[in-house]
Amino acid sequence: MTNYLIRRLLLVIPTLFFASLITFFTIRLIPGDVIDQMLKERESTNPGVDRAMIERSLGLDEPIHVQYARWVGGILWRGDLGKSLWSGTPVTEAILTRLPVTFELGLISLLIGLAISLPIGIFSAVRQDSVGDYLARGFAILCIALPGFWLGTMLIVFPAKWWGWSPPLTLIRFTQSPLQNLMQFLPPAIVLGSGLAGVSMRMTRSMMLEVLRQDYIRTAWAKGMREVTIIARHALRNAFIPIITIIGLQLPILVGGTVIIEQIFSLPGIGRLTLDAITTRDYTIVAGVMLFISSFILVTNILVDITYGLLDPRVQIK
Amino acid sequence: MVGVMDTASFKAARKRRSWLVGVAVRLVKEKPVGVFGAVVTLLLLLTGILAPVLAPYGYNDTSGPLLAPPSQKYLLGTDNLGRDLFTRIIYGARISVIIGLGATALSTLISMFIGVLSAYRGGVIDLISQRFVDAWMCFPGMILLLVMVSILGPGIFQIIIVLSLAFGIGGSRVIRSAVIAIKEETYIKAAVAYGCTDTRVMLRHILPNIMAPIIIVFSTRIPGVILAEASMSFLGLGVPPPEPSWGGMLSGAARRYMFMAPGLAIYPGLALSIVVFGVNMFGDALRDVLDPKLRGGVGRFDRTKKKKGG
Repeated sequence: MTNYLIRRLLLVIPTLFFASLITFFTIRLIPGDVIDQMLKERESTNPGVDRAMIERSLGLDEPIHVQYARWVGGILWRGDLGKSLWSGTPVTEAILTRLPVTFELGLISLLIGLAISLPIGIFSAVRQDSVGDYLARGFAILCIALPGFWLGTMLIVFPAKWWGWSPPLTLIRFTQSPLQNLMQFLPPAIVLGSGLAGVSMRMTRSMMLEVLRQDYIRTAWAKGMREVTIIARHALRNAFIPIITIIGLQLPILVGGTVIIEQIFSLPGIGRLTLDAITTRDYTIVAGVMLFISSFILVTNILVDITYGLLDPRVQIK
Repeated sequence: MVGVMDTASFKAARKRRSWLVGVAVRLVKEKPVGVFGAVVTLLLLLTGILAPVLAPYGYNDTSGPLLAPPSQKYLLGTDNLGRDLFTRIIYGARISVIIGLGATALSTLISMFIGVLSAYRGGVIDLISQRFVDAWMCFPGMILLLVMVSILGPGIFQIIIVLSLAFGIGGSRVIRSAVIAIKEETYIKAAVAYGCTDTRVMLRHILPNIMAPIIIVFSTRIPGVILAEASMSFLGLGVPPPEPSWGGMLSGAARRYMFMAPGLAIYPGLALSIVVFGVNMFGDALRDVLDPKLRGGVGRFDRTKKKKGG
């Protein structure tokens, strides 16, 4: 186990290195005329900004390897992701103030997604090819096919039209009013959660189907065990491990979804920060967010892998 | 000699055709929902191709009344600029087809290139390229797409490039594992022993044998690509207006008028949902038919037999 952990963690280094390279070069690929455009856009509001300043803040005035080393060095030694190109706020600060919103949204969505997908997915596998199975599978694909931004738009337009309800425009913190806070987060979380539910439902079903065909399940049947016992104690426990992996794999989709959903429901989270930064071309923020999110996902994936190893005695860890 | 060759190639051709026909027959027999999906896919294709014939107006023809309700003249009403919504939805199919097929094809090529090379060459190349793929997959697709578009600028061509990179690199995993699975087969070793060059082995011996996973990757990726394009256009970083993209029609100025004309919010999304649903169903059915691992469903866990028995 320790050996496995060490190996797994060692493999993170090249992956993180590539992630930082992707982020770094993406920002470096900005064509020069974009800087001109940035200058023009900001001329009226911020007359002090000139080309040399932008190039300096992006670090463009130095050779490329020095730029990269300096950027990575700043992150590793001081946790410094740079400053926003326009507001001057440190990127770390911008991320940290918005993190709780996205975290809460993600957590509620995940819970909703699992609450829908697990029972239906298991039912669908156990009653394979029944009418209920077909309905459940149709529902799962519906969840995937309904675009989040459309569902979100509908949740904005129709309640407003029928009952005059529209989501609050400013963030209500949990500490201010827990109930109103949940009311604010529930509609966007339902939209995000239903998308997740679709994928996890299908995965749960196919994992369960695979397990249900194993010899030990047949043995359990042969021993005359009750169906509930077989499914809960023998099948589900074995199917659960890959399901955990899938939840881990869905994280990027979840984070990507927040970009759209936070925009629709005007929630000031990381997704909103990213979109605003991209549209205003605040590339230091974009780079910071990209690196932050990718490291977060990488770490979660490792944790998932480790849980996998701990939960499943069959996973032979060399 | 020529005659023999001809018969051989004729037989090969007939075999290939009968394989395709076989897949189609099995699709119809075993997967009725998949056939529904195939019909939706076909309709989408035809609508996209025949858009100028089918649409009653031009997609940017602002001559109609503003925000008119559905009527015989304007089947689904008009938008805030007086453009016929029905027409724009039909032309939207065209954008979805172009981007859906274009980006999926290009991304499948990218996946094939990385997957085959990485798996066949193995060693250091595999190790390095897979760490790169790992890193790439750590970024949420949506964020990668938006960042890349902000670099390349808006436009259909740019979106195709961006989508194929985003989907192609991560999706190379499937192809890679398919190649690893067949790489040690005798016929590959025989080809190497024969003195075939690596390129020849990869193109003539490996590629034809991983056709099924490639088709699966292609067909299951289309709905995701269509959805991704719509999401990008919705955020205003996709197909630039006035081109009618289904996602774009739900965004921007139109959002302010949705309360007056809910049709503006409903129909483009409905069209998108039906298409994604249909193409998904089709892709799934195709995968079930093509993937030997998924054949013969009931097997050991045959509940009907169990009930009869006990």
